[in-house]
Amino acid sequence: MIVEYLPQQFVQNLPALIIAIPLLGAFIAPLLKKHGRAAAGWTVAITGVAFLLAILLMDYVRASQGGMVVYVFGADSPGLTLPSGYTVPVRIMFQIDGLGVLMAFLCTLLPFLAAVYSVGFARKETGLEKYYALMMLMTVGMLGMVLTGDIFNLFVFLEINSIAGAALVGFRNYRGEAAEAGFKYIAISAFGALMVLFSIGILYGKYGNLNIAYLSGVIEYSRLDLIALGLLLTTFALKCGAAPMHHWVPDAYGEAPGSISMMMVISSLSSLYALIRVCFILFGGIVISLPAVGWILIIMGLISMLLGATMSLIQKDIKRFIGYQAVSQTGYMVMAIGVGLAVMGDPVAMQTYGRNALTAGLFHLINDAIYMGLLFLAASAVIYAARTRNMDEMGGLARKMPYTAVFFLIGAASIGGLPPFSGFASKLLIYESVFAFNPVLAVVAMVTSIIALAAFAKQFAAVFLGPPLSNLKRVRESPRSMLIAMAVVAFLTVLFGLYPQLVIDWLVRPAVEAMLNLAGYGAWGGA
Amino acid sequence: MDLTLLTGYGFWNPLLWLAFLLIFGGISYFLWALRGNPAYKPGTEQVKPFISGNPEPAKDLVHIRARHIYWGFVEGLRGYYSFARKMHTGDVRDYALWYLGVGVVVLILLVGGI
Repeated sequence: MIVEYLPQQFVQNLPALIIAIPLLGAFIAPLLKKHGRAAAGWTVAITGVAFLLAILLMDYVRASQGGMVVYVFGADSPGLTLPSGYTVPVRIMFQIDGLGVLMAFLCTLLPFLAAVYSVGFARKETGLEKYYALMMLMTVGMLGMVLTGDIFNLFVFLEINSIAGAALVGFRNYRGEAAEAGFKYIAISAFGALMVLFSIGILYGKYGNLNIAYLSGVIEYSRLDLIALGLLLTTFALKCGAAPMHHWVPDAYGEAPGSISMMMVISSLSSLYALIRVCFILFGGIVISLPAVGWILIIMGLISMLLGATMSLIQKDIKRFIGYQAVSQTGYMVMAIGVGLAVMGDPVAMQTYGRNALTAGLFHLINDAIYMGLLFLAASAVIYAARTRNMDEMGGLARKMPYTAVFFLIGAASIGGLPPFSGFASKLLIYESVFAFNPVLAVVAMVTSIIALAAFAKQFAAVFLGPPLSNLKRVRESPRSMLIAMAVVAFLTVLFGLYPQLVIDWLVRPAVEAMLNLAGYGAWGGA
Repeated sequence: MDLTLLTGYGFWNPLLWLAFLLIFGGISYFLWALRGNPAYKPGTEQVKPFISGNPEPAKDLVHIRARHIYWGFVEGLRGYYSFARKMHTGDVRDYALWYLGVGVVVLILLVGGI
C-alpha cells in the first residue's frame, strides 16, 4: 500500500484535495488569459495531479476498514461524522467506497487525457483560458458527484457538471449548431435538475436530513418516497442518455470539441453512477421488493441499444454517428444493471447471475468510457484535419492519417465487440448474465452488437479506405499531443481486453461489493 | 499475470484466440499463395477495369461514399426509419416532452404498483 509511506494528514485529506486542486486550477486558469499555452500546460498538470490523487485515494479506500472512507468537512477530525450531542450526521460529508473510487479513477483519467489532447487540438481557438477553466470545473462537478455522501451536494455538483459541460458544448459559438446544442443541453439539464431538487425537497421535508447513509436507513415504502424515487430514476436516466430521453446526446456529443465529447461521456456515466447510488443505496431498502425498477431500466436499456445503433446508420455527421452509438452502449449498461436490480430480492438468482450482471455492467462502463473516448478523439482528429464533418465528403484518409486510422480501428473493433479488445470481454459477460435472466435480452444485445460492428465497418470504409480524394489533398496527420492522447486510450483499450480479469479484480469487484453493501454504507448514517 | 477471464459459465483467454488467429491466418496465407494466378502482372493493362470500352472515371467519382453503404438496409426498414426520424425532431420542447412522458409512465408504474 502506497499510502502507508505518506504523511497521515495528507492521506486523511485526500478526498478534499482531489476536489480542491482542480477547483483551484479552474480559478487560476482565467489569470492566464494572454498565455493560451500556459493555460494548457497548467490544466495538464492539474488534471494529472488529480489523477495521481485518485490512484492514492483508491489505495486509501482499499486500506480502510470495510473498504470505505468517510470525510467530514468542517469537523475537528475528517472522520468525525457525529458531532457531540448529535445522533445523525449534519455536516457535509464525502463517503467513498469501491464504486466511488472506480468512478473517481475514470473522472480524473479522461479529463487528463482530454487536456493532453487539447494542447494541439484547441491551440487555434480563442478564449482558451475559459475553455480550460471550464474543463477543470467540469472535472470538479463529476468528482463531487461520485464522492459525495450527501444528496443535496449531489445536486450541487450535478449542476456544476452540467453548467460547465453546457458552456463547453457551446464553446465554439462561431458555429451556430454548437451554440444550439449547448442551449439544448443546459435547458434539458436544468429541467432535470429541478426534478432532482424537488425529490430532495420531498426527502428533506419528510426525514429532515440530506445524508444518503442516514436516509437509506429510514426510507419507507410510502407514496411520497416512491414519487421521489421515480423522479430521481427518470432524471438520472435522462442525464446518462438512456432512450427514449437520449435526444440531447447526439446534439451535445456531436457539437462539443473532441476532447469535450470524451469528457461528456464520463459526465453521462457520472449520472449513471448517481442512478446506481439512488437505486442500490438510497432506496436500496425498498427497491429490493420492487422488481419494477429493474424492469424499467431493462426496457430503457433495450430501447437505447436498438434505437442508438439503428439511428447511427443514417447519420452523415461523423460525430453524431458516434453520439448515437454512445446511446446504444449506455443501453448495455442500463440493461445489465436493471437485471441486477430485478433479482435483488432473490438471493439465489443474485448469486447465480445477478452479481455477474452487475460486474458486467460496471466493466462495460469502464470500457465504454475508454473506447468511446478514443472514437471521439479519432473522429475529431479527422474533422480537425479534413475540415469537414460530413462522411460523404471523406475517403482514403488512412493514407494521410495512418496513426489516427489505426486508433479509430481499435476503438471501432472494441465497440463492435471484436476480440481481443476490451468491449468483447464486457459484452461476453453481459450476454451470459442476462441470458440466464431472459434469453431475449441476450439476443437483442448480440444483434445490437452486430449492427454496431456493421455501422463502424461502414464508417471506417467511408472515411479511411478507398482512393485519396482531391478535396482532401492537403490533409496531414494530427499534431503530436493529439496522437499521444489517442495512443494512451488505444493502449488501455487493448490492455483491458487482454487482462479483463485484472480490471475486474482491481476495479470492478470492489465496486460491485460496494453496490450491494447497503448495511455497510448505512452504518455511517448514525441512529 | 493471468489472462483468463472467468465468466461464470465459461472462460475467455485472449492468448488462445490469438493462437487460433495465427493458425487460421497461416492456413489462409497458404491457400492464397497456393492458388494465386501466376499470370497476374500488376501495373499492366490487364489490371485496368473494363467498362465496355469507356474511359475509366476519376477515382473521386467512383469512390463508395458513406451514403451508399447499407442503402438497402435502410430502404428495407423504411417504415421503421420513418418513425425513428419523426421521433428525432431536434426541438428541445420535444426533448422535454419525452422526459415528461417517461417520468409519468415511471411514476404510474412505481406509485400505481403495476
